[in-house]
Amino acid sequence: MTATATTGETMRRNGGRRLVDRVARVRELGIVVALGVLFGVTGAVNPSFLSYASLRDILLNSAIVAMLAVGQTLVVVTRNVDLSVSSVVGLSAFGGALILADHPGVPVAVVIAGCVVLGALCGAVNGLLVGAAKVPALVATLGTLYAFRGIDYAWAGGRQVNAADMPEGFLSLGSRSVLGVPLLALVALAVLLAVGWTLGNLRAGRELYAIGSSPEAAVLAGIAVRRRIVAAFVANGALAGLAGVMWAARFGTVDATVATGKELDVIAAVVVGGVAIFGGSGSVYGAALGALLLTGITSALAVLRVDALAQTAINGALLIAAIVLDRVLALRVAAALRRRRYHETTDPGRPADGR
Amino acid sequence: MTTRTPWRHTALLAGLVLLTAACGGTTKSDVEQQASASATAASSAAADPNAPIKQGLKIAFLPKQVNNPYFTIANGGGIEAAKEFGGEGKEVGPSDASASSQVSYINTLTQQKQDAIVIAANDPNAVVPALKQAMAAGIKVVSYDSDTAPEGRHVFVNQASAEDLGRTQVQLLAEQVGHKGKIAILSATPNATNQNTWIEFMKDELKKPDYKDMELVKVAYGNDDDQKSFTETQGLLRSYPDLAGIISPTTVGIAAAARYLSDSPSKGKVKLTGLGTPNQLRKFVKDGTIEAFELWNPADLGYLASYAAAALASGQVTGAEGEKFKAGKLGEYTIGAKGEVLLGKPTVFNEDNIDDFDF
Repeated sequence: MTATATTGETMRRNGGRRLVDRVARVRELGIVVALGVLFGVTGAVNPSFLSYASLRDILLNSAIVAMLAVGQTLVVVTRNVDLSVSSVVGLSAFGGALILADHPGVPVAVVIAGCVVLGALCGAVNGLLVGAAKVPALVATLGTLYAFRGIDYAWAGGRQVNAADMPEGFLSLGSRSVLGVPLLALVALAVLLAVGWTLGNLRAGRELYAIGSSPEAAVLAGIAVRRRIVAAFVANGALAGLAGVMWAARFGTVDATVATGKELDVIAAVVVGGVAIFGGSGSVYGAALGALLLTGITSALAVLRVDALAQTAINGALLIAAIVLDRVLALRVAAALRRRRYHETTDPGRPADGR
Repeated sequence: MTTRTPWRHTALLAGLVLLTAACGGTTKSDVEQQASASATAASSAAADPNAPIKQGLKIAFLPKQVNNPYFTIANGGGIEAAKEFGGEGKEVGPSDASASSQVSYINTLTQQKQDAIVIAANDPNAVVPALKQAMAAGIKVVSYDSDTAPEGRHVFVNQASAEDLGRTQVQLLAEQVGHKGKIAILSATPNATNQNTWIEFMKDELKKPDYKDMELVKVAYGNDDDQKSFTETQGLLRSYPDLAGIISPTTVGIAAAARYLSDSPSKGKVKLTGLGTPNQLRKFVKDGTIEAFELWNPADLGYLASYAAAALASGQVTGAEGEKFKAGKLGEYTIGAKGEVLLGKPTVFNEDNIDDFDF
């Protein structure tokens, strides 16, 4: 009787601990805690921050950056980087808006598909430069950052496409909600889940991590490194193209300067989300949460009536605080897990295997 | 090693000498001397108000950056004016709004021996030395939109006085909110000189007894970035639920705020006004998000600057106060103090007249 009770209790305790272990091992934990703190504190000061309308705004604001961060993660895990995303977004946003304004007969779906293809082509240029021509990604994409923006400038020639020029059906994509969730956020979520699943479960996804962990070993292991890198850049470009259309639908006013400088926000989101900048580890979920945290911070500062002149500095400080919090939590959890494993293996009363 | 050491000393010495010489070259008294020299030169050349406009004048428009819709329209007006008086206008400029890239364009234009340069300065002082060289080479310089320091140009064509712009925007919003309630300003960057000057005049206007029931609760900065302006507008509505109106004296800010408001429950309740272009805001005026906003006509600005350049290059004016010149369809203008020419009061756009404008 007592024996069974003890066993049952141990099992329960073990089960509980396994759950804690599993939660603690989640790489994104730190960022979730940071998000909780941010929303908790801001909501306590100004409850309207947690209202439905406000949360909806924050989701909408972060949708585009989150999608770009997901794409960027694909590239960063292979130990590369794509600085040209903001220019691809600009090119795609302007191209899409221009077609919609000048040829109102073209169906919106065709325009969206066209923008995705345009983005993928830009991504292919990056991919071939990095994967085939072996130009370091930082340099190659810095070059295309200017090249794509230059094409955008030449194409636009100073023109601006305004909300009145685009069909209402297209603009409403940027503000419509499905079951109370903004459509753009749903698109970003769908992309996130699809890419997340691919990275976690498919051979193509796992090989990206292998390439990032050790490019030489990846070659020796027979991975088609060049093809995988090109594919990562193409996928990232396609997502940037999609983000460009979303940008046009969301903001309604488009000229050649759209999204200038946003590449740094995207890379910040990726890094905050725990993706190692030297490749090989990190998840798209983290990157998306990073984007949510960054936009959350900006929104919170606007709501908290923080002095505008100090906002940028505070924004940076909070960003560093979030990364430090994430690092400290990760190190502590790692240390705790190591300690426990040591105890378990040295304690003769328990089976070595925790299960 | 032994042969190298004295070399280093010499090099260091030479460097020091160069440095001190360079510092000596830009002392304040020198600049003042040059300024007074150019002033005497300007006043010694007599203006002949009846001189005809020379044919085939080459006028170059150097905006803050090309590919900026606002400057495209302004320079379009300027090039049109040049055609009218038998001259030749062209637009050149950097794709980034930086003073250093403007300087290299000024140098090129000087070498090309243009008759006049019409410039919107990215920095009031950094472009002055290059412009002085151009002026020394006989090129007439007109600044428009953003002035240079006065010694760097002959005439400044001012789109609208800062005072008019600041005060009229408050008047516009006050009418819409019935002279009472909390209002906020959505500006560009915290260090944008023109924005801050307008905001000072807005604050001054609000001190008048007419506006005793209106309170300016916050100046927010959208950094002329769509996303940031969106977020700041949301922040204003959240932190001041009883906000009556927003003034956004920047085209990016007002468009972003309008786009946000048009989809929000505050549409029509929170009034929005400021500076924007009719094409950009047409949809929002028609759907009731915006009642009225204002701006000068950028095409007229370029047009007037072009005529001012032609008048200078033809000797009709020298840039001294009180001189008059004709600017085609816009009529006659008088040069004011410090060589300033004022385009006029801003135009107010609303549902009734917005379709008459295409820019």
